[in-house]
Amino acid sequence: MTGWVGRPITRFEDDALLRGAGHFTADLPAEAYLRFVRSPVAAGIIDGCIAPDGVMMITDTDLASVPPIKPIIRKFGYVPIAQPVLARGVVRYTGEPVAAVIGQTEEQAEDFADLVSLNITPAPVCVTAEAAMAPGAPVIHPGMADNIVVQTALTTPGYESANAKAAHRVVTKIRSHRQAALPMETRAAHAAFDAATGRVTLTCTAQMPHLMHRAITAMLGMAADELRVIAPDFGQKMSLAAEYVVLVWAALRLRTSIAWVEDRRDNLMASFHARDIAIEVEGAFDNEGRFLALRGDITANVGAYAPYPNTAAVEPLMSFTELPGPYDIGEYSCAARGVITNTCCSAPYRGVARPAITLAMERLLDMAAMQLGMEPAEIRRRNLIRIFPHTTPTGLVYDNAAYVETMEMALLAADVPGFRARQHAARARGVYLGLGMSSFCERTGYGSAAFAARGMDIQPGWEHVDMTLDGDGVVTARIGASPHGQGLRTTLAQIIADAVGVVPANVRVVHGDTDHTPFGWGTFASRSLVISGGASLIAARKIRERLLQQAASYLEAADADIDLRDGYASVTGTDRRVSIAVLAQVHGGFADDGFYDPLGTFSNATHIAMVAVDIETCMVRVERFIVAEDAGRLINPMIVDGQIHGGVAQGIANALLEEVIYDETGNILTISLADFLAPTAHEIPAMTILHRETIADATMTGAKGLGEGGTIGAPAAVLNAINDALAPLKVTINEMPATPARLHAALRGTK
Amino acid sequence: MKLHVNGRDYDIAVEARRTLADALRKDCGLTGTHIGCEHGVCGACTVIMDGAAVRACLIFAVQAEGAVIRTVEGLAAGGLHVIQQEFVAHHGLQCGFCTPGFLMLAVAAREAEPDLTDAEILDVLSANLCRCTGYQNIVKAVSASARRMRET
Ligand code: FES
Ligand code: FES
Repeated sequence: MTGWVGRPITRFEDDALLRGAGHFTADLPAEAYLRFVRSPVAAGIIDGCIAPDGVMMITDTDLASVPPIKPIIRKFGYVPIAQPVLARGVVRYTGEPVAAVIGQTEEQAEDFADLVSLNITPAPVCVTAEAAMAPGAPVIHPGMADNIVVQTALTTPGYESANAKAAHRVVTKIRSHRQAALPMETRAAHAAFDAATGRVTLTCTAQMPHLMHRAITAMLGMAADELRVIAPDFGQKMSLAAEYVVLVWAALRLRTSIAWVEDRRDNLMASFHARDIAIEVEGAFDNEGRFLALRGDITANVGAYAPYPNTAAVEPLMSFTELPGPYDIGEYSCAARGVITNTCCSAPYRGVARPAITLAMERLLDMAAMQLGMEPAEIRRRNLIRIFPHTTPTGLVYDNAAYVETMEMALLAADVPGFRARQHAARARGVYLGLGMSSFCERTGYGSAAFAARGMDIQPGWEHVDMTLDGDGVVTARIGASPHGQGLRTTLAQIIADAVGVVPANVRVVHGDTDHTPFGWGTFASRSLVISGGASLIAARKIRERLLQQAASYLEAADADIDLRDGYASVTGTDRRVSIAVLAQVHGGFADDGFYDPLGTFSNATHIAMVAVDIETCMVRVERFIVAEDAGRLINPMIVDGQIHGGVAQGIANALLEEVIYDETGNILTISLADFLAPTAHEIPAMTILHRETIADATMTGAKGLGEGGTIGAPAAVLNAINDALAPLKVTINEMPATPARLHAALRGTK
Repeated sequence: MKLHVNGRDYDIAVEARRTLADALRKDCGLTGTHIGCEHGVCGACTVIMDGAAVRACLIFAVQAEGAVIRTVEGLAAGGLHVIQQEFVAHHGLQCGFCTPGFLMLAVAAREAEPDLTDAEILDVLSANLCRCTGYQNIVKAVSASARRMRET
């Protein structure tokens, strides 16, 4: 008999959201509103910051006792850098918060902010990584020898000799320009002081409410019980926002409720950025196109500060560790560095570094295929890993999977020969069609061991679930994780329903409130369903065991003959049954918990994009998009497809449209949605999604994480497709986004 | 001034510069209308004013006096509206932040033109931004609801 897992049931989250009754932070009214005064320049010394008479303004002087945000890792030569929550004497990027003013309405606070007179003597700036690494470049953080915040290198013992045997050598340089996550809901926070208890309740957009709680209480010297964090919301909010610390401080000081809602300008300018990465890769191949060795050189522009808890090392180190991707590359040599610049802080954004490394590897393979006169699929067939577990040169262990089979599935759906015929015919008419593919594997659902290996001071990883089954037959799971739109309430309910024997509608998932959930880490690294799902399953199975015993004694049968399903315990083959609610009443309820800290599991996918490039307007249209994905057991296929749709859309946007642009003085040019171009329904094609289910041995539920995959594979597939389209013109483009301006520049020489 | 929203009059006092979006959210307590950009691009603030979908962030509240305004809160009459049901069935929402805007956009378009083709629906929906769904399921949900409403 089938259970609830694997069914595309509709979501419990939807009803309230569709009625306009969802809970969003910006909906909460407050007694006072706060507005930040931000630096108009990228670097400089603060000479003065004066508020008009009668306006309450908070500056660094008021926060003298608050320590800076300073996440640490103890490896790879990482130099911990400090970010004062409000600028302390110097500013290091355009948009850095310097002061906060308080008004009775949002409008009044905005007026006050405009009236603040902020004097800054500009200092020399480094906007790009190249500028920041140039000899004589100004050092952005005192105490550092230069602007390199982290660097590491590795050469496997066999690299030199393997590399020397190369029959073919291919080098490519890719550039991923800076991105912004652009959640539709901007950051917002609301801090309310309760005079009766002396506590502050911080409601905020955050993915890690427990960690926010821990960080803010520590920074403000509060007892753990003096702060409650509620986090109902979505996206770009993994890292600690300095703004939230200021808000809680103000609520404590003013003994009132106070709110801050970021506008889109501030969101694009001073929330977190990502993906400003340049990579050079060199592949050494044998005569058959098999990798002998891979060399990589990675430079990430990480901005002016380090995001808490991940540090400024996250993008360069992840690139370094995961560059080889799903391929057996033989020997490896790689160097990576993170460079501080006078730009907004770079932080994890869906896909984290992998869109860039996948672009590097997939461009390399397409260029190698061309050099060897091979179809792109064939060179991948020869290099994709086939034997699992596989240990990579950087020590990652890939669990069981089917990389080649996944790729073949995508190829079959794409009908490559049919496409080639159409492409050929179209070229005769001056129409340039292209097909591009990309394969990747994604490290997901990893626990504390992986974070410990990075040397992080704060080591997230496990999840904890408290579970009760009450006399009304309802299972309540209190989870430390914190979903943000991905439907976790529904998917966890499916897992728990099967394990305990209730219907999903009778599973209540409580999350995102530090008063009502056990400590846990939150949503990031494609982990929530894998780790919180595993912890939920552990707790649910413990309750199930006790329920079976209770049912057996109640129904006077053997444990083994009891079937628990959809709210009833029945004796197999008879009509004797009792509701689980009654069993819980008789027993006085059940309570148990689950703790889960897995090593991690790798999901994988192949993406295929078909594009049409208009060589006059340099506009690229994505006409078809195919995803073949293996994320282990699918708990809810409808939600899985939704995650892929959204991820691919972001990936296509990264490939073609979205870019954060600074001018040479460090002024940011993309601070409205007229300049930072998010895709609409017109730019995103209908997608074909195919699944394999290689059940993960490495996880409790057999599921692998997949929340980020769409974003990882799509850019490389689109860029490869554009290059395929333009191959007759001998034009290559290895930069994303491949905007009309970049394509035009590339094409200009050829016409 | 008075705002007439979802069949009810709201007596509110607002500064001349307060937008309709802010007035609905702060003065009428109708927080279902969301604000994603305040410069007319994202469409999260879309409401229906005298039958047409409008960006409530680009209209001053005082300009809306006397108009018939409908927001997401007025869509369901007890049970969910057909279009809301189809958003559930087709997984047309994830975080739900953009959803009220898309619902009002689609409802206004269908009421103005009951026989929208799928291509026209795509055109209409490309007015608003969603960051979660990749649009595909929103388009499906709106097409399905248009079909259902034609049939009934
Ligand atoms: S908030 Fe009105 S269009 Fe974005
Ligand atoms: S559902 Fe999240 S922005 Fe559309």
